[in-house]
Amino acid sequence: MNTETSTIPRESAVPTKSALQQRLPMAILGIALLTVPFWLPLLGGYTDLASRVLIFALAAMGLNLLLGFTGGLSFGHAAYFGLGSYGTGLMLANYTHSTVLAILVGTLIGGAAATLLGPIAVRRRGIYFSMITIAIGQMFYFIAVRWNSFTGGEDGLTGFSRQPINFPGYTLDLHSSQFYYLVLVCFSGGAWLLWTILNSPLGHLFVAIRENQKRLTFLGIRVELYIAISFAISGFVVALAGSLDSLLDNFTSPDNLRYTLSGNLLIICVLGGMRNFWGPLIGAFIFVLVQDYISSITQNWMTVIGLIFVLSVIFFPLGVMGFFRKRSRT
Amino acid sequence: MLVILFNAFNGLIQGAFYALMAVGLSLILGLNGVINFAHGGFMAMAAYFAYTLVPYVGFWGALIIAPIMAGGVGYVVEQLIVRRLYLRDPLYSLLATFGLALIIQDLLRTIWGAQGVPLAIPDFLNQPLSQVYFFLTGYRLFVVALAIISTTGLFAVLRFTRLGIRIRAGNSDLETIAAVGVNIYLLRSANFVLGIMFAGLAGILAAGQIGLTPTMGDQLIMPSFVAIVVGGVGSLLGSLVGGLIIGVASGVTAAVYPAATEVIIYVIMGIMLVARPRGLFGQEGLLE
Repeated sequence: MNTETSTIPRESAVPTKSALQQRLPMAILGIALLTVPFWLPLLGGYTDLASRVLIFALAAMGLNLLLGFTGGLSFGHAAYFGLGSYGTGLMLANYTHSTVLAILVGTLIGGAAATLLGPIAVRRRGIYFSMITIAIGQMFYFIAVRWNSFTGGEDGLTGFSRQPINFPGYTLDLHSSQFYYLVLVCFSGGAWLLWTILNSPLGHLFVAIRENQKRLTFLGIRVELYIAISFAISGFVVALAGSLDSLLDNFTSPDNLRYTLSGNLLIICVLGGMRNFWGPLIGAFIFVLVQDYISSITQNWMTVIGLIFVLSVIFFPLGVMGFFRKRSRT
Repeated sequence: MLVILFNAFNGLIQGAFYALMAVGLSLILGLNGVINFAHGGFMAMAAYFAYTLVPYVGFWGALIIAPIMAGGVGYVVEQLIVRRLYLRDPLYSLLATFGLALIIQDLLRTIWGAQGVPLAIPDFLNQPLSQVYFFLTGYRLFVVALAIISTTGLFAVLRFTRLGIRIRAGNSDLETIAAVGVNIYLLRSANFVLGIMFAGLAGILAAGQIGLTPTMGDQLIMPSFVAIVVGGVGSLLGSLVGGLIIGVASGVTAAVYPAATEVIIYVIMGIMLVARPRGLFGQEGLLE
């Protein structure tokens, strides 16, 4: 990505604030997320909607590792989301009754695909990189559409449902709010992983690649290798989100592989603020809620979503988090 | 043998659509630095314009007027949206045109309905030209001929006119031509409109073959991206050849192993990226 033309202010991944200042919003966020099944119905929402917000937030945060922190503009991450969801769906439909195993397999399949295909995509940079990632993504879409007997073709994959998880002496039956907590655990795990990586030397290297690729090349760092690593990690996280998505609806369709979903994940990052760790969570919150509401009141919801894309890109390129951060600084 | 030939020819027609789309996309990508996701939308828009115009001005009139109308819409879009994003990261123009594609598709569906409609083409074009080679209808040859004429025309414009020379110069060094007094904003608008008009032409020709739906552009835009990658970014000739190659390849695959009709073009792209990352006619390091 051409860093010279970037208008995004340069910030490190982790804001330096006092411990209390940094922990208080986190604590509030944590408590709010933990108590969702109790307060959301009071506001007229339903728990599955909260699960969907978290799933898309997880996917967008995974993508954001590559997009916002490494500077790789992938327009094809729907592929890994979709592979995760098909992997999990197919496991439950054909091979196993263990939800946990199905999630693991789905995540591994999607992540492995990202690990294998990333190195092909990173052979090119900039706009070229985006076009290649889109095209690779579309390949999986057509495989899913055409391989009718295995994937259910265009109608999507049905005939599976999330199965109760058995612990010694206790059974989680994974109804709506229990499933929400499963999603929350996965989301927290994914967020923790990403946070840890971003604060490790590896994470600093990613940010350095975003800021000045040429310089790192001259310092003797194999930039391509590290972009591919970022690509792979983000692929695993996105695949985990995809896997959870198939469990949420007990259904998955080729739409989960389509470039439209990649676009949605990108706009979620941009809406929330892609230079901010929690930006994608805010973006997912806005996007999923607006989409849910708009599609219930008008047939022309696509126009509204399209306008969100166009207007946010023109007027709020820094997203919600970037907007407030700029405000508070000036 | 006849089946293979039939499918190869079908693929060539398909490839001509890809090539026309890819040439327009490639123009816009080169000078404007924008991957125009709304290209498929503009293409469908021009086809619907033609559909509405045919009763008044006939097929031939529509063939000329509809791309110009789509180009006009493209001009407004460039002025209102795309122009603001030239100096920003490519991410933003990508997302803006992606949103635009959603809006266009929704508007087309609202105005003309989600059901497919046929585009009336002149009767004499629909006749098969030969009993044995029944697939050689006049319309298909017409598509190939028009694709050749329009791209040749474009190459002539780029080679011999002042506008074309400026577009090519701008492709290689925008700052320098701005410094020698070329209005690059005007140039980029003109280039954007030119690209959209190519999409419009592809749309009308495709509509005569496969009919119109609001989503018709979706099926053509991805192969056009692949055509650009295979042919090499920055090379119009590459986009043209790339489009024809993947068209014929998917046509032949449809005869041999139908399930892989779409996947084959991505496989070709993958092979190309591994063997020759810059594409057939691409320049090393352009737009990266």
